[in-house]
Amino acid sequence: MSAGLVLDGVHTHIGRYHILQGVDFEAPAGRTTMLLGRNGAGKTTALRTIMGLWRASGGRIALGPTSIERLAASEVARLGVGYAPETMAVFSDLTVKENLALGARSGPLDDSRLAWIFGFFPALRKFWLSRAGSLSGGQKQMLSIARAIVEPRQLLLIDEPTKGLAPAIVGALIACLKEIKTTGVTILLVEQNFRVAREVGDEARVMDNGRIVHRGAMAQLAADEALQNRLLGLSLDSHQ
Amino acid sequence: MTALDVGAALPRRKADILPGLTPLIVALVAAPLIGSFSTFLTLTAAGFAMGMMIFAMASGLTLVFGMMDVLNFGHGAFVALGAYIAALVLLPLASWSGAESVVLNLAAFALAVVAAALVCGAFGWIFERLIVKPVYGQHLRQILATIGGAIVAEQLLYAGFGPDQIPLALPATFQGSFVFGEAAVEKYRLLATLVGLAVFAGEMLVLNRTKIGLLIRAGVENREMVEALGYRIDRLFVGVFMAGSALAGLGGAMMALYRGQVHASIGAEFLVLCFIVIIIGGLGSVGGSFVASILVALIANYAGFLAPKLALVSNILAMVVVLLWRPRGLYPVSGR
Repeated sequence: MSAGLVLDGVHTHIGRYHILQGVDFEAPAGRTTMLLGRNGAGKTTALRTIMGLWRASGGRIALGPTSIERLAASEVARLGVGYAPETMAVFSDLTVKENLALGARSGPLDDSRLAWIFGFFPALRKFWLSRAGSLSGGQKQMLSIARAIVEPRQLLLIDEPTKGLAPAIVGALIACLKEIKTTGVTILLVEQNFRVAREVGDEARVMDNGRIVHRGAMAQLAADEALQNRLLGLSLDSHQ
Repeated sequence: MTALDVGAALPRRKADILPGLTPLIVALVAAPLIGSFSTFLTLTAAGFAMGMMIFAMASGLTLVFGMMDVLNFGHGAFVALGAYIAALVLLPLASWSGAESVVLNLAAFALAVVAAALVCGAFGWIFERLIVKPVYGQHLRQILATIGGAIVAEQLLYAGFGPDQIPLALPATFQGSFVFGEAAVEKYRLLATLVGLAVFAGEMLVLNRTKIGLLIRAGVENREMVEALGYRIDRLFVGVFMAGSALAGLGGAMMALYRGQVHASIGAEFLVLCFIVIIIGGLGSVGGSFVASILVALIANYAGFLAPKLALVSNILAMVVVLLWRPRGLYPVSGR
């Protein structure tokens, strides 16, 4: 069902800025890979480049056996890549139902899939016919993720899902991400909140200045405070 | 209840009906000033019909601007082309137009406006591919390119049809007026109102009840995300541009029949008005354009009767007042 993702020497220029400077990493199939790093390290750019929203100026991006670095975003999405951006990008003037209907590109909404989503995002059922613009920040985040998973995907790209959310909601979102993991989908998750990263992640990739500076198991990074300090300028203890 | 439901009391969406009532408010304010009910009725019916024709022209422009972020100053060329196509269809059908048969008259009218819409839609595709596509995302170049396209189109119309006005007679059934007491309402204005309402209903039906409409509404708000969901936004753009051009052609055909003559300058003449309407309505909002079209036309008619000199600037004044009240228009679209 899911496919692994490989980035090999990927460069991205935005205007005259050279953001990604030869990014190499892989996100193994069926596992959750955390993409970590300080602000401005290039994490969001990496996700947008994978998604085809910004064109890679060099290198190769492969989803399973397929090279996708030259594909448009719509073609990448059609390969089974779901994307929940940092801005959430829910369609404010559309209802929750309509937002999800757009996520279900290949046909009508599947009732059993919806029931599964409502299981961990019950608010979406409650506000099914409400405008997305009137939802709270947490509910919009739920909708953004739900839209990305409303159909089975090979790869999920999720950008800072807990940004700006209250701690109680972050806890529930962690539970949701764990539930999504059980489907076996490959997940590449950008996250600033180390607690979330520790609880959800299987693998960790750390970026700095547009390059990958660390690859390893998430558990290993979570256990090594010195490594955290060196790579991220933080310690897990200060982010409990 | 999970933590994600905590405090999930959703604010009820207020029905924002006040902007929609502005034409009614303007009419209620104008009625005592006009004094005579029959005059008021005549002015209001005429304004409503004019509003519907403006709406047909402007709704395409608002979709193109709202979704594609394209400043199409060439929109007026399709209005003019639609007018000429209507003339080309109706002139050979003079026997149908002049016949004492409602069916034949209606058929002639329908053929003219449908042909105008179809031809303009087809030319819209060419215009988008040749002139608009190379300048996506570059507003200044869009203005230059589309104005250039409009000038070329207008000159081609002059070259093809000559500089003189072409007289265009209404089908016999739609000539004259219905008289209600002392008020006279032209038959063609009623027809224009019905066609305008049908266009509005059709657009709302497509936008609110179909997947294409859902994609257009989503695309107006966030094109990039629509693409990231797997939809070919470029194809949607072409379709919307063709539909916008077709609507401009339909509006041009109706306006030409209303005026009884065709001239290539009709496009440039109504382009500014179309821009005023879509700004008042809220860029990208079809419903907003509908309300704004009626509002602008009513104000122009009332001002023309009450203070003719003021009528020259009534549209601009209306836009200033509306934007002071609602800086993003009567019904702004989220994300724009």
